Amino acid sequence: MPPSELNNSSPTTEARPLSVAEMEAMAKKLRRHIIAMTGKAGSGHPGGSLSAVEIVTALYFGRLRHKPSDPKWIDRDRFILSKGHAAPLLYAALSECGYFPVDELLTLRQLDSRLQGHTDRTVTPGVEMSAGALGQGLSFAIGVALAGRLNSQKYRVYVLLGDGECDEGQVWEGAMAAAHFKVDNLVAIVDNNGLQIDGWNRDVMNLDPFNKKWQAFGWHVIEVDGHDLTQLIDAFNQAKLVKGQPTVIIAHTVKGKGVSFMENNPDFHGKAPTAAEVERALKELE
Amino acid sequence: MPQEVSLREAYGKTLVELGRENPDIVVLDADLSQSTMTRFFASQFPERFFDCGIAEQNMVGIAAGLAASGKIPFASTFAVFAPGRCFDQVRMSIAQPGLNVKLVVTHGGISVGEDGTSHQAIEDLALIGSLPGFTVVVPADAIETAQAVRAAASSYGPFYIRLCRPKVPLVYNDDYRFNLGKVVTMRRGSDVTIIAIGIMVAAALEAADNLKRRGISCCVLNMPTLKPLDEAAIIKAAADTGAIVTAEEHLEHGGLGSSVAQIVAKHHPVPTEFVAIKDTYAKSGKAAELLQRYGLTAKDIEQAVESVIKRKQA
Repeated sequence: MPPSELNNSSPTTEARPLSVAEMEAMAKKLRRHIIAMTGKAGSGHPGGSLSAVEIVTALYFGRLRHKPSDPKWIDRDRFILSKGHAAPLLYAALSECGYFPVDELLTLRQLDSRLQGHTDRTVTPGVEMSAGALGQGLSFAIGVALAGRLNSQKYRVYVLLGDGECDEGQVWEGAMAAAHFKVDNLVAIVDNNGLQIDGWNRDVMNLDPFNKKWQAFGWHVIEVDGHDLTQLIDAFNQAKLVKGQPTVIIAHTVKGKGVSFMENNPDFHGKAPTAAEVERALKELE
Repeated sequence: MPQEVSLREAYGKTLVELGRENPDIVVLDADLSQSTMTRFFASQFPERFFDCGIAEQNMVGIAAGLAASGKIPFASTFAVFAPGRCFDQVRMSIAQPGLNVKLVVTHGGISVGEDGTSHQAIEDLALIGSLPGFTVVVPADAIETAQAVRAAASSYGPFYIRLCRPKVPLVYNDDYRFNLGKVVTMRRGSDVTIIAIGIMVAAALEAADNLKRRGISCCVLNMPTLKPLDEAAIIKAAADTGAIVTAEEHLEHGGLGSSVAQIVAKHHPVPTEFVAIKDTYAKSGKAAELLQRYGLTAKDIEQAVESVIKRKQA
């Protein structure tokens, strides 16, 4: 009987939240990990990992109540990475939190590594969902949020979507259901970097008016600069006060953020940097 | 003629019992609760019932999230829509992580009748059976349905239980005990083994009775658990009777017949015949008319038995 989900333990978090300055330093560290990992692996998705660095930093090092030594702690806040190709970012954050050794990051995508190309909840401590097939995370997050409500648990559920991912019809099935079921313990964050594999969203499949779409589906909408940690934390705090409806934070970001030759460059959606590019990128991130 | 009872109703009533026994049982539906009979649970436990509307992909994802949080979700719709409408969601949100979701689907096969091709699931067992880690059960009657649903609730992991629309004759009495992963010997016989699943079990019994009068002794096995298969029972049947006929309300490829054939070919090759829908879609009509048109009656099983015995003797 494997439901380790039912494992209970003491109700405290382990790490104190970082200050904004400390989080900025951590964000840079995560970016360096992403470059090093994908460079070493020779494949992977640096662009959409780099765009969401501040979002994930603000959550793991500021907002989330979690215990790296007890990844299945029953009262943990849940972070669900729906855009599973940003796995390098999640792994970097989890390792810096202490879920597994930082050294392990360089095993990304290798045979028998716990760090699969896309997230796999069966092998990586701290990973909540096996993702990578886009569009599925919001529905999963609704289920997790409903379970918390049924159990009168206080945990909150955060799910990170890509903007390109919102082409998937299932996202809007989920958007409708989350509002219908009034899951106010659920926060969706959209990494709105504007790019998908074939180019700009507006050219491939226009999402506009994006904000109004979520509003029309019954969500409380907050828009932020997705690279501004203070704005992100304020948005998470504001979301906590919203009752009777879910909240979506549309985080305006830059794909490839922090590495000049990757920024707004769709080539680096699913392409790893070469050795020379790794060197250049790491120099920029010193 | 034995009493005809609804499998769907047995499912709905069993869910209510399970809901009383275990507060972690939750139920989801996709706007078909009147037909799948999850409405019984909905009226008893409204706070634990989630109608997801006509959105099967989302329903499967929500079920996965509930399971990942310690709940035991039963999610229901028609067999044609799950896994057909939500295959990738079933694959990545349930099967790969091995989550404890129970998909109980109704209106399987062509006995759906008049609604026609769009509502007749004839590929579902091939699709769901292809997914590692899924347990797949097709009960033969209402008594077996109730027990299979209970077995799903008490066994951890992904389950698919396929029920039919019409009321069908009981093949069991109340003494029956469902044993997950095991065949049930319905008749002993020596000339051939008929391995049947779902509503074809009743047809196989009728065929065996008719063949007995013609001097042919049939062993009849009900194989309610399509996956994992009771391999030992299949090998024994091949060795004991030297000929096998399978019978299922599904396409010939990807269901019971091909699974049995793999085991027979590997361990004990004997002449084998397949009563199933040949590579085609069906159409609107009464259930009995369709079963006749597409070769799924006792008479079709009898013909397959006669043909396999000829091959055995050749």
